Order: sequence, then structure tokens, then C-alpha cells
Amino acid sequence: MASNYFSKIFGHSPFMAMQDHMEIVDQCVHLLTPFFKAVLKQDHATARDICKEIGKLENKADTLKKKLRLQMPKGLFMPVARRDLLELLLVQDKAANQAKDISGLIVGRKMIFPEKVAELLPEYVRRCEDACKQAKIVINELDELVETGFAGKEIKIVTSIIQELDSIEKDTDRMQIKIRAALMKIEKNLPPVDVMFYYKIIEGVGEVADIAQRIGSRVELLLAK
Amino acid sequence: MDHVTIYIILAGALGLFMAWGIGANDVANAMATSIGAKALTIKQAVIIAAIFEFSGAFLAGGQVTSTIRKGIIDSSSVAQTPELLIFGMLASLIAAGIWLLIASRAGWPVSTTHTIVGAIVGFAIVGIGIDSVNWGKVGSIVMSWVVSPFISGTLAFLLFRSVQKLILNTDNPLAMAKKYVPMYIFATGFMIASITLFKGLKHVGLEFTTVQNYGIAVAVGLVIMGCGTYYISRLKFDPSDDKDFHFANVEKIFSVLMVVTACAIAFAHGSNDVANAVGPMAAVISIANEGVVTQNSVMPAWILLVGGIGIVLGLAMYGKKVIATVGNKITELTPSRGFACQLAAATTVVVASGTGLPISTTHTLVGAVLGVGLARGIGALNLGVVGTIFMSWIITLPAGALLAIFFFYFFKGIFT
Repeated sequence: MASNYFSKIFGHSPFMAMQDHMEIVDQCVHLLTPFFKAVLKQDHATARDICKEIGKLENKADTLKKKLRLQMPKGLFMPVARRDLLELLLVQDKAANQAKDISGLIVGRKMIFPEKVAELLPEYVRRCEDACKQAKIVINELDELVETGFAGKEIKIVTSIIQELDSIEKDTDRMQIKIRAALMKIEKNLPPVDVMFYYKIIEGVGEVADIAQRIGSRVELLLAK
Repeated sequence: MDHVTIYIILAGALGLFMAWGIGANDVANAMATSIGAKALTIKQAVIIAAIFEFSGAFLAGGQVTSTIRKGIIDSSSVAQTPELLIFGMLASLIAAGIWLLIASRAGWPVSTTHTIVGAIVGFAIVGIGIDSVNWGKVGSIVMSWVVSPFISGTLAFLLFRSVQKLILNTDNPLAMAKKYVPMYIFATGFMIASITLFKGLKHVGLEFTTVQNYGIAVAVGLVIMGCGTYYISRLKFDPSDDKDFHFANVEKIFSVLMVVTACAIAFAHGSNDVANAVGPMAAVISIANEGVVTQNSVMPAWILLVGGIGIVLGLAMYGKKVIATVGNKITELTPSRGFACQLAAATTVVVASGTGLPISTTHTLVGAVLGVGLARGIGALNLGVVGTIFMSWIITLPAGALLAIFFFYFFKGIFT
């Protein structure tokens, strides 16, 4: 057709795909609560199953990430810089990776948490998941941002969502300090290697919230003129 | 059969064929934007295109036709040998037709306008002499090819920015859309009506004063605006549509506007592109009839009619499929963008039609899309296409010219 080159000017908009990717990442992270529930009940079989599930979702996110990268060739002209978007995608993907690493480590070592730590963990995990969910809300505003051309009132809306995300992340920081303090009190009576890994898991869960916050600040970068 | 009859039959058939090709292929780009934005169904698009392409061709197609017919070649240079002009124009039609066929098959970016201008200039240089080309006019045509995408891009940029300011970036986009979209509708109707009127409708027997022109244009704008407002008031807004995407209902209002701008772009396309087919045809017919080349002979209105009919035939027979194919690839264009592109392109093309400049509707549309893109309005644009446009200038002009030269000597050999 003589006319086809007109339609070629429209590339695949990456924004919807970014949202799809974030949706999967969020699903993946949200498996941490049932996972920890199983772990704390010392139900290793269920924990292993959920861990596998997390791995599957992480894989799915990875595949989508690769596809998205291919959708953004160099000549593409977008309302935001291509590099910023690719970096945002990378951060999104990290959240799923983090969930996989945490669950993999716990399952691999068949970890059993001491009671003092175990009672604080579920709340902490849930709050970190909240951060990820809030990051998803931010990402879900991407198509509205494109619609308004990254200007005006929509920016205010997104900024306030990101502020909420920041405050959730601060919550998780506080909780992390509390759990670490609880662990420190009893660490002398525990096998040192185990203690090392308890700290590692506590930090790892907190990292999910950190990554979520980084998603927010990446989006803030997109908003900057 | 004498030569004159053969010339006229040949010219009529070839002109009709070209118009058919324009209807089958070219119209798709203009209409596909509406399909992609889901503002129209394919059937509606074909009906709108048929009506407005035809009226554009018939009411406003005269100026560009006369440029193609007698603006590019200096008629005094062929006063002694009018057959040369007949051979050349026939050759140009065949050359353009064949080239478009080849290029379409191969998927090369071509423009009907550029092919026909290249063909006419080509045969004139070789067949008549380099001085026979009206280089001033050709220069301004080529300039308009460069300028038109820029102008429509700037217009689209400004239009979209105004939409952002007035509607999208406000506290209540839905209410603002209800308020301002009718005004855009008015502007579209007024623009098309006034330019068409000012260029004169003498050939259909209508002539008005300036005041009357403005009056009629305002009236046309108001009537269309009234219809638009009525349709908008009948739209059903479902707040649950806005759950995933907060602007779903606002876009519904814009799709009403896009129906109007779709009419405008079809009209604009008809007014400019029909000339590619009927310009050479008109030249052949008038020379064959009168036996001399005259600069001021009036073109019969029925020739434009033939062009209009050809476009509609092509559209009906083949265009539907092409519109569907192209439209399905343009899904990134929402009505709030699509209208800005269409209105900007339509304005540019209609103004060019009014000044008699043959330009490419597709290039103008691409310019408009890029303009909206610069206002950060479109998710992703493939700038590689801009390169293809340059390629089409480089490929199409000499290709049209070479083919036209070949057929020029072919006809000359047969008929003399």
C-alpha cells in the first residue's frame, strides 16, 4: 500500500506495558505475606510452593521487561526520555527480584525465626507490600500523565501519591529498626550464622519498600520539565 | 477515429484511473486516524470520505487543478506544437499511475502529488526544453512541500496545547470539554466554509460578497456546532469508565469533534489531490477540443466531477480495506490528539488548495502528528518515518520524470 508509511509513524506506546509489568511485579511481591505466614507456621511445603509461584511471576515480569526494551528502539520519540523510562522499568523489575531472593533464601535454608522476631515480621512485611502497592498506583497514573501531556493538575495528583509512598517507606524504616533491636536483644543465644541470615532477611524485606520508593522518585524525574 | 477523440478518451480513462487509485489508497491516511482513535466505524468513515472527498474535489479542487494543468509549463513554449503538451500530459498520467502501482506493491513511500509534478516537469525538460518549465511556480511548489508539514505541525502543536490548557489540565476536564469542544467544532466548520467560499464557487454558479462569505461561513459553523452540541448532550457518561483511565469520558466528547474534523480532512484531501488526476486530463481535453494552448481557457466543471466520481469509486471498491488496515495500526492516537492532527492538516491543505499549491496530504498529516508529539501528547513516535518522507522526495520525483519521458516519446512515436 502506498499509504502504509503513515501508520508506521506510530510506535508502540510503552506506557501501558509499563503498567502491565508493574501489575505483575506487585502480584509477585504480594505473595510475601502468605509466604511468611507459611514460614512462621513452619509449613515448609506450602512455603516452597509459594516460593515457586513467586519465581514464576518474577520470570513473567522478566519476559515482559525484555519485550518492552525491544519496543523502545533508539529512534523512538516519546513524551519522556527513553533512558528514564528504561531505568524506571529496571527498578520495577528489581522489586520482583527482591521478593524472589528473600523467599528463595528462606526456603533454601529452611529458616525458622525466633519468636521475638516472628511476632513483628507479618506487620513489617505487610507494610513493605503496601509500599509496593502504592508504587503500582503511581505507575497506574502513567497513562493519565500521557493523556495530559505531563502537565497541569495530573502532576499534582501524582506528586501527592508519591508523597504517600514516601511516608509508607518511612514507616517500614521505623519497623525495621524495631525488629533489629528485638533481634539484637536475643542474638547472643542464637547460632551466629542464623543471626546473620535473620538480619539479611530483615534488610531484604525492607529493601522492597526502598525499591518501591525508588519507583516513585523515578516517576518524579519523568515529571520534571 | 480521429486523434482528438482518441486523446480525449485516453485522457478520460487515465484520469479516472488515477482518481480511482487516489480514492483506493491515498484517502486511507486521512480517514485512518479516525478509525485508529475509534471515533468512527469503517463504514461511517467510508461514507464520510465519499461525501466530503467528492464535495472537496468538486467545490474546491479547481485551483490546484489549474496549477497542474497550466501552471507548471509555460504555455507559450508549446503554442506552435500543442500535441507535445497532449503527449506529455498523457505520459504523465500513465507514468504516475504505473509508478504508484509499482511503489504500492513494493511498499515504498510515495506521494501521488510528487509523482505527477515530477512527471510533468520531467517530460517538459526533455520533450519541450528546459525553458518551458515555469521554474518560479515549480520552486514555490517544492517550497510548499517543505513548508506544509512544518505549518501543520505548528498548528497541531498549538491546537493540542490549547486543549491541554482549556480542558485536560483543569479541575473538571469533563465539564470543560462540554464547554469548549463545541467551539472547536465551530472553528472547523467556519474554517472550511470560509476558505472554500473565498476561493470562489463561480464554477458552480455561486458568487458572494465578502460580507456574505463571512455570514455564510459563520452560519455553517454555527449549524455544525449545533449538531455537535446536540450529540454531546446525548452522550452517556459512565463514571465507572473512568476507573482505569480517568479521561475515558472526556475522550468520548472529543470523538464527536473528530467526526467533524474527519469531514474536514476528507474535504481538504479531495480539494487538493483530485487535481493530480484531473489536472493533466483537463489539459489534454481542452487542447484537444480547441486545438490551441490557451492560458485562460475555463475548465469545464464536469472534469472535476469525473475526478470526484473516480475517487468515490476507488474508495468504495478498494479503499475500505486499506482504511481498515491502516486504521488498525494507529491505535496510539486518541480522539483528543486525532482531532488536533486532522484539523491542523485539513487547514494547511485547504489553504494550499486555495492558493493552488499541490501538496501531499500524508506529509502534512505526518507533520501534524509530530507537532502533537512535541507537545508530549503521544506515547511513542517512530522518527524513522521522517526519513522515509525524504526518501520519497528523492525517489519519486526522478522516477515519475523518467517514466513520463519514456511514455512521452512512446506517444510521440505512435501519433506522429
